[in-house]
Amino acid sequence: MEKFKLKRDYYAGGLMILIGVGAAVIGAGYKFGSLARMGPGFMPVMLGIVLAFLGILIAGTTLASSEPDDARFLPANPQWFGWACIIAGPILFIVLGTYAGMIPAVFACVFVCALGDKTATYKSSAILAAGITVFGVLLFHYLLAVPFPLMRGVDL
Amino acid sequence: MISTAITDLYYGFGVALEPHNLMYCFLGVLVGNLVGVLPGMGPVATISILLPLTFGMQPVPAILMLSGVYYGAQYGGAICSILLNLPCHPPHAVTCLDGFPMTKQGKGGTALGITIIAAFIGASFGITEMIFLAPFLVKMALEFGPAEVCSLMLVGLLAGSTLAKGSPLKGIAMTVFGLLVGIVGSDIETGQPRFTFGITELFDGVEIVALALGLFGVAEFLNSINNTETVDMKYAKVGISDMFPSKADLKKAFFPMIRGTILGSLCALIPGTGPTIASFVSYATEKKISKTPERFGHGAIEGVACPEASTHSSVQGDFIPTMSLGIPGDTVMALLLGALIIHGIVPGPQLISQHADIFWGLIASFWIGNILLVVLNVPMIGLWVKMLSIPYRYLYPSAMFFVCIGVYAANNDMFQVGETLFIGILGYILLRLDFHPAPILLGFVLGPRFEENFRRSLLISRGDLTTFIDRPISAFFLLICVVLIGAQIYVWLRKPKIIEEEKAIEAQVPTTPYSELAE
Repeated sequence: MEKFKLKRDYYAGGLMILIGVGAAVIGAGYKFGSLARMGPGFMPVMLGIVLAFLGILIAGTTLASSEPDDARFLPANPQWFGWACIIAGPILFIVLGTYAGMIPAVFACVFVCALGDKTATYKSSAILAAGITVFGVLLFHYLLAVPFPLMRGVDL
Repeated sequence: MISTAITDLYYGFGVALEPHNLMYCFLGVLVGNLVGVLPGMGPVATISILLPLTFGMQPVPAILMLSGVYYGAQYGGAICSILLNLPCHPPHAVTCLDGFPMTKQGKGGTALGITIIAAFIGASFGITEMIFLAPFLVKMALEFGPAEVCSLMLVGLLAGSTLAKGSPLKGIAMTVFGLLVGIVGSDIETGQPRFTFGITELFDGVEIVALALGLFGVAEFLNSINNTETVDMKYAKVGISDMFPSKADLKKAFFPMIRGTILGSLCALIPGTGPTIASFVSYATEKKISKTPERFGHGAIEGVACPEASTHSSVQGDFIPTMSLGIPGDTVMALLLGALIIHGIVPGPQLISQHADIFWGLIASFWIGNILLVVLNVPMIGLWVKMLSIPYRYLYPSAMFFVCIGVYAANNDMFQVGETLFIGILGYILLRLDFHPAPILLGFVLGPRFEENFRRSLLISRGDLTTFIDRPISAFFLLICVVLIGAQIYVWLRKPKIIEEEKAIEAQVPTTPYSELAE
């Protein structure tokens, strides 16, 4: 037997089996009903089973194919810092948007996102963030009147 | 039949030419054209961002604007391919093959000019097709009961997932996953909350804007950060005067345009085969019937005219199943269908009779929009070329801002922003595992209606599953499903020659990290 290679498709199939079984198990908690009178649990259970089955097929067809595919899950040059910046952007938007208002939320979100690029500097990111903030306030606050206070606690 | 079509169309122009509607149509095509040019921005993300902003508008201008973004983006998409050899927009990827060599020979302007002419011819035919075919389809569809609707949706879902790029098995898995995401929320009949994990915000289901922007916005940023090439602007110098093709060029491009148009309109009729497939098929066909196939890939004008005409004809034809049957063929159509539902319009065969203003206004706006685009593109080409040089490091933070505020504005709820982020991370993981996220949206939009009709048809038949085979129309749709699956198994086992050829063309197209999601 050839050395067991971890292929990307095993992960892919495995993930689908996981989601499918999970959906079926949770769905089983709802009333299943009969074919003529389906309960809310019917579709989730059925779809879950189908998805798990597809997962098995995805992993299975990889076994059958002889094509070498030992591509790893992570890309060749993982961008941990870039990813962190992109994920941090919306989180800052939520936190600052809830407690501080639109101006700090937009500025922080764009600034942090922009820092993720490897050629970005603090200065270039700050200029971009400031520009977007001005544009965003004009468009969304004044023109479209989105209900989002500019600064919480300060009457602008 | 022709006379009624003309009266209806006349009425449609009345709707589309109302100053208010005209303005939004113009805005739509302008924004579409712009994002089409920008590398790394696609119509899907743009329509999702604009969608919440249309909530306060009347449905007619909202739909005109959102549709305008879609076909406007197609005009811009070719510029990137021809001048920079960057296939940022999948339907225009194949245009790189001959468009960029033409640019290198100093004929980039001619290529762009031909593209615009091809686009207009293709689009015009697609619109005409819609005028005559959609009412005809509606007549048929009005006979449908829940069983037929159910089987038809199954065809749409299967075709959408198996005919798209990548492994068909994974496509189907994504469709099923999308159907499951569509289940989240309260059950329509019993009110039982499903898959909500006790989170109150999820009782109304997953927000379509959050899903679309997570999958096609956040996931895309995660995928392309520090992963994009610097754009080479060496050849990208085009003036207005370069854009008028010579008589000889026009003559050479005329028949390829017509062939591309017809192929594109045929592709539009098959659910699931959008403009991307149409452009590849027409390029392959054109190369095959050409007397001088060796010129292809070295700047043959036919290689630009044919796929471009077919893309545009297929883009307009795409609207037919969405508007007449309520079955979207691809992601953009799924979003537009979602937009219709949000505006309180039930998609399906009743749409044309109940909302004649939307249907005929939309068709009329297609003509107006396409004329606007031709007029826009010729004098503004210099500006578009300048836009090409905007680096990605400025684009994605700005886009992230639009994503956050767009999702927030949908419900004035910060929870949705978190939901988008979560879906985005999940989408990136799926992308790394070679899953294409487009079918998720299709499954999500059709899911609730599929379940409703499935339940209803079995209620009528008292739990007898044979109802789907006993009714001839439904049986016919199921037969198509079987053929679709059979064809996939055949391809997988035998690998026929046509597929190999198409693969070969696909392999020639330069790859860019942008193109994976921009559709």
